[in-house]
Amino acid sequence: MNYSDTDIRKHRHTDGKPNLRRFHQARWDEPVVMELSAEGERGILIPEAEQAVRDAAANVYDTLPSSMRRKNAPALPEIAQNRVLRHYLRLSQENLGADLQVDIGQGTCTMKYNPKINDQLAYSPKMAELHPLQDESTVQGILEVMHEFEKIIKAISGMDKASFQPRGGSAAIYANAAVIKKYHDAQGNTHKDEIITTMLSHPSDAACAKLFGFKIITLYPDDDGYPDIEALKAAVSERTAGLMITNPEDTGIFNPRIQEFVDIVHEVGGLCAYDQANANGLLGITRARDAGFDLCQFNLHKTFSTPHNSGGPAVGVQAVTKELVPYLPGPLVENDNGRYYLNDDLPHGIGKVAAFYGAASVVLRAYAWVMNLGAEGLKEVAEIAVLNNNYLMGEVLKIKGSSAPWAKGKRRIEQVRYSWEELHRDTGIHSEQLGLRMADYGLHYWTSHHPYLLPEPATFEPTESYSITDMDEYVRTLKAVTEEAYSNPAIVRSAPHNCPIHKIRHDNFDDPERWAVTWRAYCRKHADSSNG
Amino acid sequence: MAKAIAKPMTIGLIINPVAGLGGRVGLKGSDGIDIQRRARELGGQGRGVERTISTLNSLSTASDVEILTCQGTMGEDAVKTAGLNANVVFPISPYRQPTPSDTMAAARWMVEQGVSLIVFAGGDGTARNLLDAVGDQVPVLGIPAGVKVQSAVFAISPKAAGELLSRFIQGSIRCQSSEVMDLDEEELRQQRVSARLYGYLQTPVDRCLTQGAKTRSNTSDHASALAIAEEMAGAMCPDTLYLIGPGMTTAALKEKLRIDGSLIGVDLVCNGRLIAKDVSEREILSAIDAHRGPVRLLITCIGGQGFLLGRGNPQVSPEVLNRIGFGRITVLATTSKLTALHGKPLLVDTGSSHVDRMLSGYIPVITGYRERQVYKVSDSLL
Repeated sequence: MNYSDTDIRKHRHTDGKPNLRRFHQARWDEPVVMELSAEGERGILIPEAEQAVRDAAANVYDTLPSSMRRKNAPALPEIAQNRVLRHYLRLSQENLGADLQVDIGQGTCTMKYNPKINDQLAYSPKMAELHPLQDESTVQGILEVMHEFEKIIKAISGMDKASFQPRGGSAAIYANAAVIKKYHDAQGNTHKDEIITTMLSHPSDAACAKLFGFKIITLYPDDDGYPDIEALKAAVSERTAGLMITNPEDTGIFNPRIQEFVDIVHEVGGLCAYDQANANGLLGITRARDAGFDLCQFNLHKTFSTPHNSGGPAVGVQAVTKELVPYLPGPLVENDNGRYYLNDDLPHGIGKVAAFYGAASVVLRAYAWVMNLGAEGLKEVAEIAVLNNNYLMGEVLKIKGSSAPWAKGKRRIEQVRYSWEELHRDTGIHSEQLGLRMADYGLHYWTSHHPYLLPEPATFEPTESYSITDMDEYVRTLKAVTEEAYSNPAIVRSAPHNCPIHKIRHDNFDDPERWAVTWRAYCRKHADSSNG
Repeated sequence: MAKAIAKPMTIGLIINPVAGLGGRVGLKGSDGIDIQRRARELGGQGRGVERTISTLNSLSTASDVEILTCQGTMGEDAVKTAGLNANVVFPISPYRQPTPSDTMAAARWMVEQGVSLIVFAGGDGTARNLLDAVGDQVPVLGIPAGVKVQSAVFAISPKAAGELLSRFIQGSIRCQSSEVMDLDEEELRQQRVSARLYGYLQTPVDRCLTQGAKTRSNTSDHASALAIAEEMAGAMCPDTLYLIGPGMTTAALKEKLRIDGSLIGVDLVCNGRLIAKDVSEREILSAIDAHRGPVRLLITCIGGQGFLLGRGNPQVSPEVLNRIGFGRITVLATTSKLTALHGKPLLVDTGSSHVDRMLSGYIPVITGYRERQVYKVSDSLL
């Protein structure tokens, strides 16, 4: 963008690109919420029930079995509403959340913008006040939404049936592994005890398969960055139960031989599960079924624009071919002459992978998002995500010390795993240190899953949500930080300077003496340090 | 980057002719006169001359270069065998065994003569001599010939050294500081294999042709090594003779089997019992002859370098490998060791190109309990 000399906005740009931000994060010495508790303090005082109600209800505690009654009240914090509000607002100011910054630095996570109107739909009483134990006849609306959205997932994947039960990406991968296990058990294939995956597929593919007793065989990328097909041929055998693979992997490189992979595994009687975590560049363009896959999963919180809740309500949709329908987790949403119902009669199914039938409000958000876009719009999402990513790659690769290993000169799908190997060699600065310095300018930056297969990795994924100005801001900041690495490495090495938490000591996470995942453990292990 | 100069570039060449002497006979090194005598008695042979000839034969440009070297086995012999001219020669007494002070004196003389690069054949001991004598005054390139080759100053193979040297002569490669490491004997006495950093030499570097320094195992690696040991111990078959190679990963297996094995040698194990500890090539061969069941080799790779065979385990010679059979090798390595190779293949440099070729391809590596990774093995012959 070029601004004329008289334009009020011109001081915010140099050479048509946004300037570096002057940023400083708020710092609050805010304690853990449990510490705020004051005995007797209340957020809300519930009025006493009228006598007639009390008479009718009698003592509700008497209706609970004595084994299920607490002896002591739960140790919840006792805090007034305004203090709770202040607490969480302060914490939010110490974060670099997705709604606060250009969040393209958290590659692989598909941090697209989630339209707030979809949240409003989910928060409306029509949705929020439903209860999973209500009679089916009273929840026909949300069942219809789920049934309709299943049709959309079937169209996008080419599969025959979908279940919304899994509560997130890894839960759906877990369900995939369970279906593979159940299928082979049903066929009497007791010798099939090996699952093949790749080093750059999500680590959950290996981890979930292992939970079912499978042995895991992992393939490395070949010199072009594709999963090594020769290694697959060396790994595959009569013992192969299945292939669990992402495509494109987190490098953003699409494996053009994916169908051959599937064929090789099918030849020995294995099933192929497509981990569609990276589907954002493929919507309406390629389909799991067309490459021969037997099952797949989508993450509604990534590709379908429902919020990433870091463990909160989420849905991983599992979709399968008709041969595998009997093994799906239940209940499934069915339609009988216009009446929707939940089908739990799945004697061969893997059972439940979560309570009830999944997070219905998340399905509603995803459904609203897709219906707003339409089929053409959905394809455009993929096209813009790919266009954005390749624009960004072109700009990042102009920065001294950067590279995009493998597949030289080729375009990527929706994300790129970069390497700062050269910058590190020249300056001694590590990729993590660049990330901490980026935070000084108000931008988030992520490296890669561990262990690092590429030296000094970084992963960016702009999705379709960010504009060219957003991407230019990110790249300009990245360029400035790398220039600092060359000219003033000390300032990068000692970053962040503008954030409330300086550096997090990761060794605490590995030390049972210091980690604390409950308030009680925190009090026990850190009483000395908090008093001192 | 080498400067463009009008007169031909001069390169220094120093061979440690006794390098590698102690290897196959199981002595873990060739430093010191007593060790060298024992190695000879056991039938050991130095590899410096033979490895250097291989490097010189693979030079693509030798015309525009002037070679300064040492008399006899410390350089001149190899240069002549390769059909090249040694232009100036540093005198070495032919009446005694060459010593580290000869190496250092020759290196200092070469610096005075204004060489652009010193090529040496040897191991970590020789690299340390170069470090003491020249420091960062001129770049240095190592031809791997010793038993301990953990420093980053070495090419991955003699032929790779030839390629690096050619590119240095053409001025198409840059030099950077590379670690000079040697086995830390203090740590070894504490039952840990660890390389100690002695300093840095300037070395022409190419990711695929230079080997990188051995990396130290860390604590979380130990947890992974225990998981590997659990898996491997469960997969061991009765009446099978297992050759278990050196390293921290295999040490965890020995710990699991409650065997008091050697940390940097090869041990023989059968039916969960230690048959022989820290054996030489000859002892391995006679044990294979005497054993009436299958034989399997369990080895790990060197962290940071990826060498499976040809570094640190010369007792497992080409003949031993031929006798075991190529399908009977199991590799144990932690995922972090493999990923730290950043896509470089596992390497074999046994000294026999036939054996190296047979070992090339894809090999399953046990990386944890019920976990394997299929990894590429390459003969290091470019």
